[in-house]
Amino acid sequence: MTEAATAAGPVDSGPTAGERFINGILPENPIYRQLLGMCPTLAVTGGMQPAMTMTGGVLFVLVCANVIVSLIRGLLKPHLRILVFTLTIATFVTIVDRFLAAYMYQMSKQLGPYVPLIIVNCLIISRCEVCASKQSVRVALADAVGQSIGFGLALASIASVREILGSGTWFGMRVLPAAWPEWVIMVLPPGAFITLGLLMGLVNWYVDRRQPSRR
Amino acid sequence: MAEDTPREAEAQASPEAHINVAPSPHLASTSGACTTRWMMLDVLIALVPLIVAALVVFRLYAVKQLAICVVTCVVAEALFTRWRGRHANLNDLSAVVTGVILALSLPWSAPWYVGLIAGTVAIGLGKIVFGGLGQNLFNPAMVGRAFVLVCFPVALGATAYQSDTSALDAVTAATPLTRAVQDGESASLWSLFLGNVNGSLGETSALACLAGGIFLCLRRTASWEIAAGTILSTAVVALIAQLLGDGVLSMLHHILAGALLFGAFFIATDPVSSPLTPTGKWIFGVGIGLFVMLMRLFSGYPEGVMFAVLLMNATTPLINRWTIPRPVGGPAPVQV
Repeated sequence: MTEAATAAGPVDSGPTAGERFINGILPENPIYRQLLGMCPTLAVTGGMQPAMTMTGGVLFVLVCANVIVSLIRGLLKPHLRILVFTLTIATFVTIVDRFLAAYMYQMSKQLGPYVPLIIVNCLIISRCEVCASKQSVRVALADAVGQSIGFGLALASIASVREILGSGTWFGMRVLPAAWPEWVIMVLPPGAFITLGLLMGLVNWYVDRRQPSRR
Repeated sequence: MAEDTPREAEAQASPEAHINVAPSPHLASTSGACTTRWMMLDVLIALVPLIVAALVVFRLYAVKQLAICVVTCVVAEALFTRWRGRHANLNDLSAVVTGVILALSLPWSAPWYVGLIAGTVAIGLGKIVFGGLGQNLFNPAMVGRAFVLVCFPVALGATAYQSDTSALDAVTAATPLTRAVQDGESASLWSLFLGNVNGSLGETSALACLAGGIFLCLRRTASWEIAAGTILSTAVVALIAQLLGDGVLSMLHHILAGALLFGAFFIATDPVSSPLTPTGKWIFGVGIGLFVMLMRLFSGYPEGVMFAVLLMNATTPLINRWTIPRPVGGPAPVQV
């Protein structure tokens, strides 16, 4: 019904659902290729548990926001669209925030302001703008899931390095011998910047090697 | 990064060019007396008194740290330059100098992995990621030391220096600056001057630092303006603190104790990460001295030379821009 109502502009001229999904994972990885959503990337990757909780929150918000924005894309007025995106995102972020506070109180306290800050995570606004406001619900859904997986993989890689080197644990389980000297800097903000930079260099090196034409 | 390769190739391709204007240190020079290798050799010669002092005070611990740090830095330099697809030029000895300075800035008790990690970080994150020798913004040895200091606060903090059970005389008491902060005691000036006190390996003997540092300044390898600026500004602030009756350390204590002389002569004067002009060098040196005294008097750390040098390294591009020398005869007329 709404599909038919969106006569404004060429419908679905962009990538297909499959392309959107694959693009989100590595070719247009939100962290390593687009450098979007740096705030949670740097702030919550001290351990795997907060990183994965953040990924779950972003997945929920991104899927819901993309679907809603895609459904109402025929009603959007160009000068008000960012406002509508932000209000839609804020609704679902509030749900996530209250859910965490109700069922995962310790994690909610640990994540602190970074859950409400998902509202201004430019990853989600950019997906609404780039994909959901222009393409069908099916493509927007695939895009949201693909980008969330890419976001989750990036956060998991950074958090793994930081938690293993910084605490000798992974998901709170001890993986290195107790004699391991903990690299305290890795769980502090400088460790986030150093790890992000080195891993981004690694990903760029990998992508360049596979596709020499991108150089 | 991309621009220096053609410049080097050009310099090698035209040996008849006699005037070669470039920021120091120089990879090649037509006269042969002012190459990077010779500058680094000068620094190594100047470091000999410090190494001797460290060997006398800390014996085999000094040998251990020096060996670990130098080997790590040289291997890291070879490895990382190869990864970047460059020709590793180990003959310029800059990695050795970084290793020695790094080792001399560590406590005697540091475990083996500290030197290993600090050396790798110093060369990898402090130097090669910026494009190698001559491109780094910060002093590589201090980047490595800052990394391990934040990484292992227990193994490198003030408590790491002291050991009641050690056979070494010097390490049964805390470092002079820590003692002044915690116990309100001041060490005798004579022992601070000779070096029979606790501290990082290279910093204990003011005599050795002065001997090596004055040699470097006479050879013009190190800029005397930086060292003089650092020591003078430290002295002025310390004198004010002494007159106000703040703390137990006199002005001379502040100059002789800790890493001030070592830092002023050997760390701050790194030609890559310090300003180019004489005025800029004075500003740089004075800034280091002020930061050192700020941290010694008001912060939780007993010593602040490393952070002071890193902070002023960050301002070096700005200082260079401020202090562009006026050409003889006034600025060039504006082309309309």
